[in-house]
Parts: sequence; C-alpha cells; structure tokens
Amino acid sequence: MANAKSKEQVINPIGASFTRNDVYEKVTGTAIYTDDFQFGNKLLYARAKRSPYPHALIKRIDTSKAEALPGVKVVVTGKDFPNRIGLYLQDKTIFATDRVRFIGEPVAAVAATSEEVAMKAIELIEVEYEELEAVFDAEFGASDKAPLIHPDLDKYICPNFIFPKAHTNIANHFKIRKGDVASAWEKCAYIVERSFKIPHIQHVPIETHVAVAQMDEKGKVTVWASSQSPFAQRNLIAHALHISQSDLRVIAPMVGGGFGSKAGVTMEAVPVALATKCKGWPIKFILTREEEFYTNFVRQGLTIHVKVGCDKEGNLLALKNMMYWDGGASTEYGTNVTRAGGYSSSGPYDIPNVETDSICVYTNHPIGGAYRGFGMSELHTGLDQAIDELAEKAGIDKVTFLKKNGVSEGDVLVTGMIMHKNGIQECIDNVAKSLKMGEKEKPSSPDRLRGKGIAIMWKAPAMPPNPGSSAWVEMSEDGNVTVGLGGQEIGQGTFTVMAQMAAAALGVPYEKVRIAGPVDTQYSPYEWQTVASRLTWSMGNAVVLAAKDARRQILETVAEAWKESTEDLDIINGVVVSYKSERETSLENIVIYGMPKENNEGWTGGPIVGRGSFMPKYVTNLDAETGQGPRAVVHYTVGCEGLDIEIDKNTGTIYVLKGAASFDVGKAINPALVKAQVEGGFAQGLSSAMFEEIKLVKGVMTNPSFVDYRIATAPDMDFPLDTPFVEVPQDDGPWGARGVGEHPMVPTIAALGNAIYDAIGIRLFNPPYSAEKIYLAMLDKGLVK
Amino acid sequence: MTLKTITLTVNDMVETVDVPQNMTLLQMIREKLSLTGTKNGCAAGECGACTVLMNGEPVNSCMVLAAECEGANITTVEGLAKAGKLSKLQDTIIQAGGVQCGFCTPGMLISATALLKRNPNPTDTEVRSAIVGNLCRCTGYVRIVDAIKMAAK
Ligand code: FES
Ligand code: FES
Repeated sequence: MANAKSKEQVINPIGASFTRNDVYEKVTGTAIYTDDFQFGNKLLYARAKRSPYPHALIKRIDTSKAEALPGVKVVVTGKDFPNRIGLYLQDKTIFATDRVRFIGEPVAAVAATSEEVAMKAIELIEVEYEELEAVFDAEFGASDKAPLIHPDLDKYICPNFIFPKAHTNIANHFKIRKGDVASAWEKCAYIVERSFKIPHIQHVPIETHVAVAQMDEKGKVTVWASSQSPFAQRNLIAHALHISQSDLRVIAPMVGGGFGSKAGVTMEAVPVALATKCKGWPIKFILTREEEFYTNFVRQGLTIHVKVGCDKEGNLLALKNMMYWDGGASTEYGTNVTRAGGYSSSGPYDIPNVETDSICVYTNHPIGGAYRGFGMSELHTGLDQAIDELAEKAGIDKVTFLKKNGVSEGDVLVTGMIMHKNGIQECIDNVAKSLKMGEKEKPSSPDRLRGKGIAIMWKAPAMPPNPGSSAWVEMSEDGNVTVGLGGQEIGQGTFTVMAQMAAAALGVPYEKVRIAGPVDTQYSPYEWQTVASRLTWSMGNAVVLAAKDARRQILETVAEAWKESTEDLDIINGVVVSYKSERETSLENIVIYGMPKENNEGWTGGPIVGRGSFMPKYVTNLDAETGQGPRAVVHYTVGCEGLDIEIDKNTGTIYVLKGAASFDVGKAINPALVKAQVEGGFAQGLSSAMFEEIKLVKGVMTNPSFVDYRIATAPDMDFPLDTPFVEVPQDDGPWGARGVGEHPMVPTIAALGNAIYDAIGIRLFNPPYSAEKIYLAMLDKGLVK
Repeated sequence: MTLKTITLTVNDMVETVDVPQNMTLLQMIREKLSLTGTKNGCAAGECGACTVLMNGEPVNSCMVLAAECEGANITTVEGLAKAGKLSKLQDTIIQAGGVQCGFCTPGMLISATALLKRNPNPTDTEVRSAIVGNLCRCTGYVRIVDAIKMAAK
C-alpha cells in the first residue's frame, strides 16, 4: 500500500489552484462570523453615545437618567478610561474625555438587556458641550492660523520614526531630500505641475464591525471580534485598561471583509470597557451601517501638489511632492500612512532628484486608518497622472515613457535603498499588449468618445521595522497536519495558501493539511497584524519553518529507528521513503507514538510539534531631515493597470470596454486566488475612481448609506478583465512569493484618469470621476453643447 | 411588546414561532431559528446579504416583518443543499472561485438560485441585473457571474 502511494505522481502544492479550504462552510451558511456566536440569554447589547459636534469641550455628562432606565446594566464614560492608545502615535482614548474631535466620536456607552433599551438609554444621557472652532481642511490645519486640536501633542508617545510637531496640528512630517531638486529643474526640457485632491473614502466591508466582550470574576477578559488584528488588539486594549496582555483573550472567527478597517483598534474597545464594569455578562456591540460609514476608520483625504520634469529624451530628472493628509481627529494610524506615502513618493520610477514633504494633519474629520494599500492609491492618483501628461508633453508614447523610467534592479531609490530585481517591464508589456495601447480605436457609436489609460504602481508592506510572525505544525494519528497561525482569513485566501505551503514543505498532499481556527490569542501563535499584504511572505516564512521543523523531527525519528541517515530519507506524498534501503513508512501513527527501535532497543520519537518564527531584521530607520537610510522597507511589489473606455457625450457616463492588470507576485502559490485578488482589487479601485467619496460638510458625513454612498455593483463590472501575473522571485519569500492583496486597487484611479484624458482631452483633478463631473467638464470645454 | 404566533415552513420544516410585532424576518431567522447563514449587512434593504426565498421569490429579509410570514415558505442558504449534497450553484461557485470573505455569498446564492429557476439560460446581462442588489466588496463579481453561468449550462 504505502509502496504504491509514494510512487504516485503527486501534485506539487505550490502553484496549484486548489479550491479554498474555508469554502464549503461559506457556501452552506455554516461558516461562523462574530455575530453568529451564540451567547444565550445573558447577552447584553451595547450602544454608544456619540458626539454631534466636530470640535467641542465636554462641560458635563449626566448619565443618571440612563442608569435608572430598567434593563440598563451599565453606563460608562471617558473618565474611567483615561489611558491613551494608538498603533503608532498614542493620541486616542476609548471615549472622548475632555473634548470631542469629530462627529461620531464615542463619549459614553451603555449595555442593556436589549437593543431597544440600549438605544433609549443613549438618548437619556445628557452631555453639555462648548463648541470650538474646527478644522476641515488639512492645508489650513497645518498653518499657524488653525486652532489646535491636540494641544498636548508634545506629550504623546510615539516610535522614533514618527515626527510630530509640538504646538501644531502636524502629527507627522516625513521628508525626502534626495539629490538636488532645485538645480535639476534647469536641466529639465519638460515640466508638469499639478494639484489633485483625493477625497476620504470608506472601506465598506459587507459585514459591519462587531465585537463581543466578557470579563470573568477573576478579571480575565475575552473578546470575540471581527478582526484583522487579534494580537494588536490584545496589546492595545490591555494597555488602555491597565491589564496584563495575558489576561485579555481575543477570538477572531471569519471576517466578512476588512480592507484595513478592522486593523488596529476602533470600536472593539467599547464593549471591553463596558465589560470591565459588568463582570460575567457578555456584551455585544455591532455597528449599524450608518455608524460603519461615519464613525469608523476612513481612508484619509489627500491634497497633493506634484511637480515632475524630464529631459528631452524623456528621462525623469526631478520630482517635488507636497502632500497634506487629512488625518482626522486621531492620527494614531494615519501618521504611518503619511510615512508610507513619503518613503514611496517617487512611485516605481527611477528619479535622481526628489524632494517630498508628506504632512499628516489633525482635522475635525473622521479618523484616518489603514485602507487597502494605504497612501499608495492616493499618491499614485496624482503622480501617475502628472507623468501621463509629462510623457505627452515630451512627445513620447506613454508605454515607452513608463518602460524607460520604470524602476529596475540596482537603482538607488528615493530613500537611498537599492532596488531589488522586479518585473515591472513585463507588467507594463502585459497590459500594453492586452489593451493594444498606442492603437487608437474607434468608439462603438458617434455619441461616444474612446480612450485608453495606463498607470504603474509600487507598494511596500507599510509597517514597523520588526513585525513578527510565528506558526506551529502538529499532526494527528491519521497523519493529517494541523497548522497553528495567527494571521487572519479575511477573504483573501490566506488559510488556503498557508495549507499549501505547509503541505509542500512537509511533503504531504494539500488535502491533509488543516488550519487551526478560529485564531485565538490564547492558543494561536503570535502574528503582528493581517495588513500590508505581508502574510504570504511573512507568515508564509513562519509556516514553512514550522513545517520544516516538523519534517526534521519525523526524519530523525525514522532514521534512528531504521539506523539510517536523514540525508537518505525523504517525505513524499505523506510517506517517508529511504532512497538507500528503499524502505517506506506512512506518517500515520509514527507522528504521535514514535517508532520502535530495532532489536528491542526501546522507542524513538514522540508527538511531532514543529515551530517557526520569522521577523525581518534588516530594515533601518531613515534620517529625519532627508528620509535617507540603507533599507527603508522589506521589498516592493510592482504592477501595472490599464483601461479601455468609452464616454457617452450626452451623459458623461463611462463604459469600460476592457481592463487589464498585471502584478509581479514573485511566485503565485495559488494562481486562481491571485487572480481573484486582482479582480476584486481592480473592482474596488474602479469603484473608488468612479463613485466613492465621503461627502463631508462641516464635519458631517452627508451620505452614510448605500443609497448615497454607491459602491460598484455587478452591472458596473460588465467587461472583460485580463490579469496575467509576473513571477520574478523575492529573495526571502517562500518559493519567491510576495504579497499582492492590496496592490490591485492602487493604480486604478490614475489609469482611469489617464483613459478619460485620452478620450476627452480633459484632465480631472478631483476623483471620483463621476458621470456628472465628466459631463460638466466636457460642457465647460465646449466639447458638448 | 405583544407576541404573535406564526406557523411557516423554513427549509422544508414546519416551524411555529412567537414573534414580536416589530421583528423582521431576518431577525427571526437568525435569532429565533438560529439559522445564522443569512447575513445582516445593512438592515435597510440596500445590500442583499439577507436575501432569502419567500414563496419562491428573493426578498430582503430585513425588510419583511416576521409577523406577516404566516403560512410562508422560506428558503435560506442552509436549505440549498439537499441531504448533504450541494446544489449545482453551490458547486459551481466553489469551482469558479466566487467566494472570498463569504459574507455576501448566502444572499448571492439565493438571488442566483431564484434567477436560474425563472430563467434557466440567462445572458450575462441578465445574470448581472439579477444580482444588482447583492453587494460584494471582495470579488468584483467576476467569478460569481462565471459560477452562475456555469450552473446554467
Ligand atoms: S441586510 Fe437586508 S438588504 Fe442589507
Ligand atoms: S465575498 Fe466578501 S463581500 Fe462578497
């Protein structure tokens, strides 16, 4: 039996498009998401009292009437939770304490026996405010005329790579000074200078944020949350509550979409705060769709002034970027968005002279957080459109211009880091070929104008220098493998990819590998966060190390039992084989019970437990004044997207004829999942390009519903989308893999903007590029009457 | 709050439930019957995550009052597989790779099941308009549409 099995042709798990290992549950309705856990009759329901003002002092809070309402178990306010937390800059408290800084900020919370009672109780909480002058524009906020939103900024704690400016609203000022920009302009034959304003947008996972918290009699807290960051939440919430990390347990089941919104800590702290005052009761807090829109992390707005120049031959010589990020009421996460926007501010172009000021500004807007590819969509929206115009000015075909200036191995990047080998040339070629770029094609009707646009991108995982991953591998009597990990399955397919990697590293079929879920900080190994497109690479490395460790233990056991050397042994298809003696044994039983040694000499081996941990150790800090340093980031993923569109002259409506997207993924561990990520990211990017904007009027979000905040529907995506990927291996990635989860939405706004320009000859500076905006622009230019 | 006792069929089982007047069909399904496959994405009739079949027609269960479901025949995602065998559409959505986070999937499957029942051979445009009310933030709909067309064949 075993004999035949090991000789069978096995499917190499790497590069195979296996179906997802969570999909059966998801199509039968049995997959468990946070709101699906059953907590019985004791469950309490939480609601938050929120600020109606963008900026005000809290003069008085009276909770007595709410507390007296039958069914109310507990009411909490900010006075009990004064500790400041934050992922990068510690500037946030769970509830507003002395002042509110945006509309929707929690001021108090209630837990009651039903939603209805909780809602009623919220109405009964009285809060007296004294309104303050507010800041609604980042550039104004950065000026010395603006009122201060965080007067205590100088006292806040932050890591040494964030640079807040005391007594201003500037929470981080990241600078790049590379080469000599001032004198480079003289050498430029062509220069383009443009300003773009990219609006706030919302993540819009279909599952809104939800968390349940319970404190036991001994003070141990359990949190069930829809979460991308169970470990970061454990750390930050424990810090806020002054409890030990090991007394806080976060259980994170399936997540109904995250896109960055469920990273770090947002609303999860509210039920925990309530739970600490109400021991023994589970308390559920679930955001309404309206709250999801206006109270949670947003993608912060950006105003970018970009000036870029090239010589006669089209070689880029100089770039100057001035970026004002509308960080909102807290910039705990946004400070790092600003930093990422800064250290990647050249885009994937080789430019010798670069000057960048990337400035994160407090405003009285919703809080900016991590949004899929943060900083990069916003940056590329400006940069790639300015470069499109520069190519035109220089009279050089756009594809040629991109290929000429695309970053290549050995280039000195904007931070001084040396670029690694990458496939940007192939990505550009793929898109250009797919869309027949450069070939002017006829529109389908005289009422329409046709255009094509292309844009390139890069993005590095944006994170602290040393975010860790860890994993374990265990086996059961039947030879099946269980992988313990702490990264989250948020739809991207990471559990499937990790199972593939473990299978390949161990030598067992993919079907034999299970993932130990849900992630539970009490049992699962540590993982920093499920963000930054880092799991395939970072957690993948940890899983491979754990699987190899298990493999080593198995081979040592067998080698000792057979009196052979491990070098002569292999595990193929779940069977240990000896190339020397041609003996075989399946993994069943031996991975638990070990093996008897020959001649009745006792036993060897025992239960197999492999462990692996991975942390990048080579990232260095950058100089505060110049942004220069040996290694700014772990690596970059590069790519290219393009669109072939028609615009209806009578309405301004965009019809996409075809899309193309090509990214260098290093190695596609699961090609179907890679393509699915690219398709979904492209759609999200296109949705943000055509429809999405949080409309803020004096701090009020005026469109907090699906009716008024439109996202792409199935009919909007009715066009062929070509997604050929490129595989130039990453030197420290598992099988050369690097992440691609976020990247597909990064260049889409720019690609669409360039296509619109190609179609109607008008550059639009304020996405989203709605039909109305396009129509009015055409009217304005006399293109239509 | 006064309760009303209703009797209805859910996934081929006859159920008798006491429901408050203001309880939605979605709440009843999830909270009273513990069928948590049907999802709540907005509670306002705008996302389709809560879609179920009511007498063969897809409805947003968050917009239907449970008290009005006396005698109704309801199918939720849990009712699509029969005797442990997945429906054709459940099978094709797996094969096509049309599931990511999976939160839209139950509603999507129900809308598409209803489409294929009334129109066994839909065009691409008909497929897309049948699921226009089912928002998906993950997939770009590419493989969901593929799956529905595969199931139609
Ligand atoms: S939950 Fe019913 S339509 Fe969104
Ligand atoms: S798969 Fe996530 S919303 Fe559709």
